[in-house]
Amino acid sequence: MTPTSTAAAPTPFAYFAAQTLKAFNTNKTSWIGLAVFLIVVLLAIFAPVLAPFDPNDQNIMEKLRPPSAEHWLGTDSFGRDTLSRILYGARISLVIGIVSTLLAMLIGTAIGMLAGWHGGRTDTVTMQAMDVLLAFPSLILGLILVAMLGPSMVNIIIAIALTSIPPFARIARAPTIAFKEREFVQAGRALGYSDTRLLAGHILPNIFPEILVMGSLWLANAIRTEASLAFVGLGVKPPIATWGGMIREGFENILDSYTLALVPSIAILVVIFALNLLGDGLRDAIDPKLKGEA
Amino acid sequence: MTAFLIRRLAFAFVTLFAVLTLVFVLVRIVPGDPAQLILGDQASREAIEALRHRLGLDVPITQQYVVFLTGALRGDWGVSMVTGQPVIGEVLRVLPWTIQLTIVSLILGILLGVPAGVYAAIHRNRVIDYAMRIASLLGLSFPPFVAAIILLLLFAIALPWFPVISARSGSVMAWYQSITLPAVSLGLIAAAYITRVTRSAMLEVLSEDYVRTARAKGVPWNAVIWRHALRNALIPIITVVGLYLSILIGNSVLTEIVFSRPGLGKLLIGALNQRDYPMLQGMMVIYTLIVVLVNLLTDLAYGFVDPRVKLK
Repeated sequence: MTPTSTAAAPTPFAYFAAQTLKAFNTNKTSWIGLAVFLIVVLLAIFAPVLAPFDPNDQNIMEKLRPPSAEHWLGTDSFGRDTLSRILYGARISLVIGIVSTLLAMLIGTAIGMLAGWHGGRTDTVTMQAMDVLLAFPSLILGLILVAMLGPSMVNIIIAIALTSIPPFARIARAPTIAFKEREFVQAGRALGYSDTRLLAGHILPNIFPEILVMGSLWLANAIRTEASLAFVGLGVKPPIATWGGMIREGFENILDSYTLALVPSIAILVVIFALNLLGDGLRDAIDPKLKGEA
Repeated sequence: MTAFLIRRLAFAFVTLFAVLTLVFVLVRIVPGDPAQLILGDQASREAIEALRHRLGLDVPITQQYVVFLTGALRGDWGVSMVTGQPVIGEVLRVLPWTIQLTIVSLILGILLGVPAGVYAAIHRNRVIDYAMRIASLLGLSFPPFVAAIILLLLFAIALPWFPVISARSGSVMAWYQSITLPAVSLGLIAAAYITRVTRSAMLEVLSEDYVRTARAKGVPWNAVIWRHALRNALIPIITVVGLYLSILIGNSVLTEIVFSRPGLGKLLIGALNQRDYPMLQGMMVIYTLIVVLVNLLTDLAYGFVDPRVKLK
C-alpha cells in the first residue's frame, strides 16, 4: 500500500457508489423512475416465461377481441394476443434504445473530450459540425437514414446513434476544457503520462456521472425515436412485435378497437416517463443549477 | 448592429453550405446503384443507363456536387420520379400547411408554457410547483404521435367535435376545425419544454440583486416579475424555443400522418416509401433552409432582447 492511500480513504468504486446513492436520495422521484424502468427490463427479459401466448400466433377466429380473462389486453386484427406482443415488443424497444444510446455515448464522449483536449482549430471544426448535426431535425434525419439503409435492427441502431452523438460531445467537451488546466492533470502531464491515460484515467471518471445522467435522458429519446420510426413503417420488419408497429396497426383499426392503439401507447409513455424521472432527478442532484431545465 | 448582422448571416451561410453537403452525401450513401434499386433486378441495361442519365448520376461525383449545389440555391430541385412534377412546386404547395401548424403550435406552447413556468418559479417548492414539474415532465415524455392518437380518440372519435381527417380548408371554420387537434397535440408538448426552461430561468433571475433592489424600492411585485425578471430570463427561453422549432418540424411529420393533414410530413413519408430520390433531396433542402432561417431569427432575437449580445 502506498503512503497516500490510508485505510480510511474509500476505494474509487465505494466513493462512486456513495455519491450515486446520495444523488438518488436527494431526489426521491429518481427511485420511482429507476424502479419502474427495472420492472420493464425484467418483464422484457422474462417475456418468454411470462407471455401467455406466442406473440406471432395468429387466430382469425379470435381477432379484434376486447380485453377478457383469456386475453387480458385483447387481440389484434390477426387474433394475436396483445399482452404477449407488448412483452416481446419491450425487448426490441430496450435493445435498440440501449445499444444505440451506448454507441452515441461512447462516440460522442470521445469526440467531445478530444475536441476539448486539443482545442484550437480541431475544436472549432468538430463542434461546428456537431452544431450543424444538432440543428437538423433528428427525427427526419433518422427517418431518411433508415429509409436509405433499409429498416433492419442494425441500421435502426446506427441511425438513432448517429443522431444522438452531438449532445454527448457537447456535454463532454466543456468539463474537459476545465479539467485540462487543473493541478492533477498538469501533474500527470509533468510525470509524462500519455494523453490517452490522462483522458481515460483522470478526466473521464470526473465527467462520467454527467454523461451517465445524460444517457438516461437520451435513452428515453432513443426509445421514442425507435417507436416513431416503427410507426411510419420503418421499424424492425413485421411480424416481429414492436411498440411503434403495434400503434401503427392499432391506428389502422382505430374505428374497430381503441385499445389496440392505446395499450402500446401507454407502454411507451410509461417507459419514457420513468427514464425522464430517473434522469431528471439525478441531474438535479448532480448539478443543482440546472434544476428543472429541459 | 450591422457588423452583428453580417456575422450571423455569414454563419448562416456556412451552416447552409455544410448541411447541403451533408444532404448530398446522405442521398449517395445508399448501398448499390439507386437506378438499379428503383428499377429492380429485371431492368435492362439500357433502362438503367437512361435512368442514371435522368438522375444525373452518369457524371463524375464532383460535377454532381456542383450541379446539386447550384440547383439547390437556384430553386431547381429536379423532377419527382412519381408525379413527374418539379419537386419545388410540390414542396411549395404543401409548405403553408406545415408552417401554419408549426407556428400555431409554437404560439400555443409559448402562451401556455411561459406563464406556467413563471407561476411555478414564484411558487417554488410548493405543491403547485411540484405538480407542474411532474406534469411538464410527463408532457415531454409523450411521443408526438401518441399525443395525437389520444386526442384523435377523445375529440374526433369518442366525442365527434372535430373531423377525423384534418384536411379541410376554405373557410375560417374549416381552418379552425382542421388545425385545432394537430396544433394542440404539438402545442402541449412544446408547452412542457417551455414551462421547464422558463421556470429554471426565472429561478436564476429571481435571486439576482437587481430583483431584490427593485422590490426594496417598492416596485409592485407584478412589475418586478414581468418587467424586471422575465425580461432577463428571456435569453434561455428564446434558445429553447429556437431549438424546439426544429424538433417541432420533425414532430409535425408524425402529427400530419395521424390527422391525415397535408404537409411536408405526408410528402416526406410518401417520398420515403416510393424511394423518390429527387423529392427526398429537395425535401432535405427545404428542411435545411427552414432550420438555417430559424437559427438566424433566433440569433437576431437575442440581439433584440439583450443589447450586450450584439457587442460580442
